[in-house]
Amino acid sequence: MKESVAFAREKPSGGFELWSWVFMRFSGVVLLFLALGHLALMHLINSIDEIDYWFVAKRYAGVLWRGYDLAMLVLAMLHGINGARILIDDYLHHPMWRRLVLGGLYAVCGGLLVLGVYVALFFKPVAHA
Amino acid sequence: MHIALKIRRYSPEQDRPPSWQDVTVEAEPTDRVLDALHAVKWRHDGSLAFRRSCAHGICGSDAMMINGKNRLACKVLIKDLRQPIVIEPMRGFPVVKDLIVDMEGFFNKYRRVTPYLVAQDPPPDKERLQSPQERERFDDTTKCILCGACTTACPSFWANHEYLGPAAIVQAHRFLFDSRDHAKAQRLAVLNQSSGVWRCRTIFNCTDACPRGINVTKAIGEVKQLLLHHRARSSHVSGEVAK
Repeated sequence: MKESVAFAREKPSGGFELWSWVFMRFSGVVLLFLALGHLALMHLINSIDEIDYWFVAKRYAGVLWRGYDLAMLVLAMLHGINGARILIDDYLHHPMWRRLVLGGLYAVCGGLLVLGVYVALFFKPVAHA
Repeated sequence: MHIALKIRRYSPEQDRPPSWQDVTVEAEPTDRVLDALHAVKWRHDGSLAFRRSCAHGICGSDAMMINGKNRLACKVLIKDLRQPIVIEPMRGFPVVKDLIVDMEGFFNKYRRVTPYLVAQDPPPDKERLQSPQERERFDDTTKCILCGACTTACPSFWANHEYLGPAAIVQAHRFLFDSRDHAKAQRLAVLNQSSGVWRCRTIFNCTDACPRGINVTKAIGEVKQLLLHHRARSSHVSGEVAK
């Protein structure tokens, strides 16, 4: 029978799935507060009409908002990638397709993550025209 | 009174996909769905196949999907259901015939979690005593009757049949939290596999489906917490299993 044969294979997770579960809970709670703070700052305290390049440049003059955005970016991306990985694990059973889709996910999201981290860390405002 | 039933039929002897059969039987509103199924089998169509044994909600053999929800046919009263009463086999298990499903895979997973007491200390003169508080710790999960209603209500199980499923985890919980048991590491190694407890997405379908009212999702959460607290030990055991 299909499931009994499939289950006969031992597949120890070596603790990865456990830490992945802990990370999802931790990052979920932290992201909730980070996102609420972001919402309050961008949409309630400041008017969206004021948000432009110079608004961002001013925020990124110090370390605080760079750190805030970096934390939100890294946690959100890793939380999202891990969630997508879990869905792919659940629903894609063919090993080749699973590897292909997971590879695509890691490549695209990894690229976006590196790009975002680069901007948050090395952004330098251009001089006023 | 007339009771309208709509039953999912499948016969392996006929090369036809499953079909629906509409039947009307005579039954009382206070009768159970199982009584209506008996009426069909005994008075209308003897070819209808379904499991039942004790007929009193203890053996768990007549679990089936009734009006879209997994229930025991012997515990649901007709008066509590909208008609026609739609009766299907539980989802996710191969159908053998009509409402009978193949539960061999289900019991294979059940056996994987060592579902019995493993006491390695020398046998005492009389019995292995336990305080009422120690017994209370796993009281909820002792109620499981292995009907399969939880596992076949679980979307994670539908998507991936390698998943142990809620019922096996409930059985593991029953012994993991038993103060007399000594096979914790052995069970946690199985539960920590990628097809183990981490496949649970906390959907709560299992809790909703359990005819015994077990807080299945809560039990699964407690097993996850236990794995976290025993992480070093369970990782060590998982490594040994891999070898």
